[in-house]
Amino acid sequence: MTTLRVVHYLNQFFAGIGAEDKADTPPGRREGALGPGRLLQQTLGERGRVVATVYCGDNHVSENVEALGDIVDLIADARPDIVITGPAFSAGRYGVACGEIAARVRERLNVVAVTAMHPENAAAELYRTKVYVVATSKSAAGMADALAAVARMALKLASGERLGSPVDEGYLPTGRRVFENAPRTAGERAIDMLLRKLRGERYMTEWAVPRYARVTPAAPLRDPSKATIALITTGGLVPRGNPDRLESGYATKWLRYSIKGLDELTPDRWQSVHGGFDTTLINLDPHRVVPLDAARELEREGIIGRLFDELLVTTGNTSVIPDIRRFAREMTQELKAAGVEGVILTST
Amino acid sequence: MSALDALAKSIGSNRIVRGKAITSVVGDPTLSREDERRFRKRLVRKALEALQTPVEEPTVFV
Repeated sequence: MTTLRVVHYLNQFFAGIGAEDKADTPPGRREGALGPGRLLQQTLGERGRVVATVYCGDNHVSENVEALGDIVDLIADARPDIVITGPAFSAGRYGVACGEIAARVRERLNVVAVTAMHPENAAAELYRTKVYVVATSKSAAGMADALAAVARMALKLASGERLGSPVDEGYLPTGRRVFENAPRTAGERAIDMLLRKLRGERYMTEWAVPRYARVTPAAPLRDPSKATIALITTGGLVPRGNPDRLESGYATKWLRYSIKGLDELTPDRWQSVHGGFDTTLINLDPHRVVPLDAARELEREGIIGRLFDELLVTTGNTSVIPDIRRFAREMTQELKAAGVEGVILTST
Repeated sequence: MSALDALAKSIGSNRIVRGKAITSVVGDPTLSREDERRFRKRLVRKALEALQTPVEEPTVFV
């Protein structure tokens, strides 16, 4: 049996260089295992050897774009078969570095890369579709379990063995669909699950309903007749011809279009590029997705103080949650700075 | 404003006004042009009411 070459990436803290005061440490490499790498080595046993540890400070890697390339170079020089990054647990900067480095290594070196972090680490959502992310506890108390799962998965992948499901192996769902022949139909399995639930027995869902963070409701608007109100839509309404190439799904951006002095959105000048439903009715009358005509009327009647001069647009279709969360943050910042107090957002 | 008000509620939107349909959130193609505009205006006024209402959790304004 050949012993596989494993390279481990750690931040300055786990590499034993220092805490936050050493977060500016530039990339470096040591021979052999460091810190949690020693436990990783024990877990790998004879099948893998941690030949080198590459490390970098959390701030340095976040603030210097070229650091990532340097880190991947340092890893490549150690000629790995397997690259392990982290575990990062709940650490934000470390999580992003672990995800990004594992993704780059996999892409550039074409070797097995596995990382590990807590499922609620913001980086988990960013990288789980790009690399295998082992789900860990929130803190380093779960180090041994995390490394056991990481080592088992990395060795399986390196030997070309097929991985089991995320639940069985302990990694986060990657978004890939794997077809299987189920011995029983979905209906039978669902009834079985329901009966178990009714009997108070344990059952396992086949598709967990995602949970979303709660947002504290904003205080009520005192008086719309004195307020500036903005219109936003996720319905993909753009000037005809889609000059800014808004995506029909998986939107990577939001856009703004002037509606200053505009009373109506006419179908000869506006269209929806949303790819998730039949846009025929909207393309006949764009007001069916952005109520500009009605809002202008209410503005003239003094019921709305002033309509904001820009319409904010994106496409809400197969959206990637961290991306649309960013859109919301950016839109809110800009609208607040412009003195907008209320928003009417139409969603399809 | 969304026709999928239950979905909006489940993901945590706090002030939700139920729209007419996915393909026509703030319109109703079965109405005459004038009636459709009046219908839309009512929906926007409903949204303004929602903005003025204190809420503690995701709330649908019907």
